[in-house]
Amino acid sequence: MAITEQDVQASEDAPSVNYLNNGYGLKSWLLTKDHKRIAVLYIISISIFFALGGLFASLVRFELMTPEGDLMSSDTYNKVFSMHGIIMVFFFLVPSIPATIGNFLVPIMVGAKDLAFPRINLLSWYVYVVAGILGTIAVVGGGVDTGWTFYTPYSSTYSNSNVILAAMAAFMAGFSSILTGLNFVVTIHTMRAPGMTWFRLPLFVWSHYATSIIMLLGTPVIAITLVLLMLERGFGFGFFDPNLGGDPVLFQHLFWFYSHPAVYIMILPSMGVMSEMVAAVARKRVFGYEFVAFSSVAIAILGFLVWGHHMFVSSQSTYAGMVFSIITFLVAVPSAIKTFNWTATLYKGSIVYDTSMFYVYGYLGLFLVGGLTGLFLSSMGLDIHLHDTYFVVAHFHYIMVGGQVMGYLGGMHFWWPKITGKMFPDICGKISALLVFLGFNFTFFPQFILGYMGMPRRYHVYPEEFQILNVASSLGASLLALGYLVPGVYLTWSIFKGPKAPDNPWGAKGLEWETTSPPPTFNFEETPVVTEEAYQYGQIEEH
Amino acid sequence: MADDHHGPTVRIYLAVFASLMFLTALTVWVAFQDLGMFNDVVALGIACTKATIVILFFMHVKYASRLTWLLAGAGILFLLILFAFAMADYVSRGWLGMPASHYLQ
Repeated sequence: MAITEQDVQASEDAPSVNYLNNGYGLKSWLLTKDHKRIAVLYIISISIFFALGGLFASLVRFELMTPEGDLMSSDTYNKVFSMHGIIMVFFFLVPSIPATIGNFLVPIMVGAKDLAFPRINLLSWYVYVVAGILGTIAVVGGGVDTGWTFYTPYSSTYSNSNVILAAMAAFMAGFSSILTGLNFVVTIHTMRAPGMTWFRLPLFVWSHYATSIIMLLGTPVIAITLVLLMLERGFGFGFFDPNLGGDPVLFQHLFWFYSHPAVYIMILPSMGVMSEMVAAVARKRVFGYEFVAFSSVAIAILGFLVWGHHMFVSSQSTYAGMVFSIITFLVAVPSAIKTFNWTATLYKGSIVYDTSMFYVYGYLGLFLVGGLTGLFLSSMGLDIHLHDTYFVVAHFHYIMVGGQVMGYLGGMHFWWPKITGKMFPDICGKISALLVFLGFNFTFFPQFILGYMGMPRRYHVYPEEFQILNVASSLGASLLALGYLVPGVYLTWSIFKGPKAPDNPWGAKGLEWETTSPPPTFNFEETPVVTEEAYQYGQIEEH
Repeated sequence: MADDHHGPTVRIYLAVFASLMFLTALTVWVAFQDLGMFNDVVALGIACTKATIVILFFMHVKYASRLTWLLAGAGILFLLILFAFAMADYVSRGWLGMPASHYLQ
């Protein structure tokens, strides 16, 4: 959308004090209770961990360029892919959207001055940072080689790496997300502006509410599971080791009870971002608003009932497997509702082909492939063939990177003018979205074929016939890395050199676009009164 | 908040503390008794009773709003889901009557 002179004038007329220039010292940032500043602290922190996790991913792809293990030893390779997984899951993917964009926007979208517990919000960031430091010490001090899943009895008995330190880091990162989830639930329940009823809430808020429920109900389980793991490893308690009277499959039950819903912690906020962006680029109310809202809650609930599909080839009962398989198929229903409804929203919309639209298209394509290949893996028979192969790696990367990171980057572009008060070059945004989409497919689509052909995950020595596809995947990863680096460059440039952003550069609906860019410390000059439903972009004329 | 004004009194706290101490002593005593198949049932029953007392009084849920009750109840419901589905696996493992590997031969 073109920015008019009136827009710029309106921006220049905005109050001169905003959350960014309301104090410049380090102390004003490190002791801030402003949810927007805490969101910025989170953006910086998770970007560091994203870069670190990406570095480990690069090492994996370098190693897999050749069939021989010529870059690193098997032990080192085990540590490299483990640290890639642990850092990306616990320190980037889980907190990425809720702690950054969510932290910034949830209070503004509901018309509140801040989150319900600002000090707890700051505490969550500090807990996250301490967890990150512990994780970094685990890496620097020799790494951990259990995979991000910490499966017992290897992790509790046999591994000679920094398991306890890494588990403690994941444990603390979990508490950080519990605190964020608690803040969101209380804020959404108790601090909505006058007139902001549940069914006037933006879908971004609904998806964050569903995410928060998972954070509150699921994360304590992984926390206690990791404590049990540490107790067994450190003190010889017999929970999971058969020699001590334990059961290793019990660990898998407890681990996946959280870690499968954790996938929805990652993807649900991304879906919320998509709902906002789809409505804005189509200039239409999201088709079937109520269904999209309830599908978030349905995903959150059903997501807790499917964890056993990770355990089809463990000694899990076949009958339990059948139940888990059927319920897993059911999760496809609310996911499909969202995808169909976004597509229906675009239908006959007045589409604006800006950066957001490129990210929307990219997300829809990648999430669709990720979701549909999930159905392959929820079929018990096929899963026996595909389990622990590169097919699984490709599938969950399509969801967790293709879907989630596409949503994160799309959301960062969409709300960047609001967060920083500066505009970025639209053409650069489009190029980066294309690079990410193409690079992602070049990286991970070959892995579907590799997995179907039988290449197992977590191996760095492989038969020569797999080399072409592995080289293709590694070259695609280079393109993908470029796609991630480019936004870092022009977004940073925009902070210093970019033109001022108007209050509502995209002509979008929502309370966040009614306040200034960047918003004042308490978000609004006056408490807003909501008088209409979300996404009232006006009726599109029928032809 | 409602629970700021209607929290437990010191007397109730002392009674709760005494109950928890008594139940702890009971746990230790029961651990030395052979109750057969009821060993686990009794131990878990005492533990659940203690947890309930802590949740209701020390965590103020008894005096909290209905929304807090709903969230606390959701936590217990999801814990039951964890137990039920995990136990469904353990209970039904032997139903095939023979190792699954038999079918692969």
